[in-house]
Amino acid sequence: MIASSLSEAGRLLRSGATSAEALLDDALDTASRTEAQLHAFLTIDADGAREVARQADADLADGIDRGPLHGIPVALKDNMCTRGVETTAASQILAGYVPPYDATVVTRLRGGGAVIVGKTNLDEFAMGSSTENSAYGTTYNPWDLSRVPGGSSGGSAASVAAGSSLLALGSDTGGSIRQPASLCGVVGMKPTYGTVSRYGLIAFASSLDQIGPFTRTVEDSTLALTAIWGYDPLDSTSYQGDYPSPGARLDRGVDGLRIGVVTELSGEGFEPAVEAATTDMVARLEKEGVEVMEVSLPTFDIALSAYYLIAPAEASSNLARFDGIRYGLRVEGATTEELMARTRAEGFGPEVIRRVLLGTYSLSAGYYDAFYGQAQRVRAAIQEDFARAYQQVDVLVSPTSPTVAFDAGARTSDPLAMYLSDICNIPANLAGHPAISVPIGLDEAGLPIGFQVMAPPLGEETMYQVAAEVERLAGFEISPRALEGAA
Amino acid sequence: MPIDIDIAHVARLARLDLTDADLEAYKAQLGVILEHAARVQSLEVEPNVEAAHPLGLANAFRDDELRPSLDRDEVLGQAPEAVDGHFVVPPAMGAE
Repeated sequence: MIASSLSEAGRLLRSGATSAEALLDDALDTASRTEAQLHAFLTIDADGAREVARQADADLADGIDRGPLHGIPVALKDNMCTRGVETTAASQILAGYVPPYDATVVTRLRGGGAVIVGKTNLDEFAMGSSTENSAYGTTYNPWDLSRVPGGSSGGSAASVAAGSSLLALGSDTGGSIRQPASLCGVVGMKPTYGTVSRYGLIAFASSLDQIGPFTRTVEDSTLALTAIWGYDPLDSTSYQGDYPSPGARLDRGVDGLRIGVVTELSGEGFEPAVEAATTDMVARLEKEGVEVMEVSLPTFDIALSAYYLIAPAEASSNLARFDGIRYGLRVEGATTEELMARTRAEGFGPEVIRRVLLGTYSLSAGYYDAFYGQAQRVRAAIQEDFARAYQQVDVLVSPTSPTVAFDAGARTSDPLAMYLSDICNIPANLAGHPAISVPIGLDEAGLPIGFQVMAPPLGEETMYQVAAEVERLAGFEISPRALEGAA
Repeated sequence: MPIDIDIAHVARLARLDLTDADLEAYKAQLGVILEHAARVQSLEVEPNVEAAHPLGLANAFRDDELRPSLDRDEVLGQAPEAVDGHFVVPPAMGAE
């Protein structure tokens, strides 16, 4: 690789040591060497990217500098609309769909001079934790090709780990950025709900969905977030107030900060190597002057249950729009209703059908209050638990995932086991809080382990301050072994 | 105990034309998932408190001003079938 990070690439570009076109060639070369094994991408737009890269080089030569993303090769999860480039959400029902507009994040990336390399693989409509639910084939983990990259943003995580992009965007509804970041050994961050526009993000669960960056370093993550977030009138849940400065305290250390270790996110179901690495990192932070305390958030024990009522309920409503009439697949029928029901049964994969059924049930007459209504009250109780914890501590920490990357196929026949993959991530989605995963080491099999830092709403400055220290202490090197032969 | 649901009714509400074998398989899986999800009922909570936007925002609306929208032909170009500026569908009411 020409540059090991986005910020390094930016320095090389501005010193004249490299060009946007060379960075693009580097990314495309990596993709051509690794894609047969990884399948991180659904679409690579080499021609479109080259045109943008040449323009980025011409602009820099003319003294026009669009900021930290100028000339940087970027990958996008394929649930973000790109004008003129096929966008499928990894579903058959959207095969061939070419959006007539850009998502707001795409507009912002383009405005920042980013070079969009292509669209990455995901679990269909972002529903899954392994990228095995894609209608277009599985993505594999760059550290061990027999294992999953996590999900649902598995393609974005694998691309950044492999080096076929220096930044990739994903979406996180119940851990779909942080969990694959953990399993692929990269940095993945979910911002405060409402700070990154969801306009043009194909909706899964609108009260939970949030776009965020995958990067190779914590500093890169702050640069990416600063470029994509901000008020957007096209998103009715967009935050209009003052935004934090994500990178303001990266070099400040952690002396004097108070960190809470979440009691509920340990024990049964957590691999010993994951727990040991987490405990070790907490001890090292303590040596750097952090005050550490155990914090109990009892509602975390039922967060997963609440999530699997709320997210499918919202999905069943959002996915009603896929009916074979305005875009995508159509299976003919004698009546409109028959056409819709046949199209949906044919176009959706099993996990999407499962969640649409689950959501329809929990919203249906007679069950609404006991399931969906109660889940919303649990959600409020989780927000209260967090608020109480943040009276005592500045950030909360835990493993990002209870396990390292698991074998492909290991959880596909047991939906509940798959859902448990996100147990550490879901509370931050239900509360709408920011959280980040930073790689801290490898287990004995050489698979990455991630460390999660959670913060209160708009607490990104402190969250990144701690994440930067975790990164420095871990000294983690992104060198996916499975790709060595392909390098 | 797994929760027993009327899966054919739910599939009809969701507009999913599934085979009987598929319905049975989904019914079994949903029963197990709902049994786990029913744990939300174990928490004693205030009946009238529901979760809010983390930043306390209410739904926002833009000003009601005229502005350009997407190009009609480009939008209709994505439709499986369109004629003279309209989406085409089969009869909304069947022969039942």
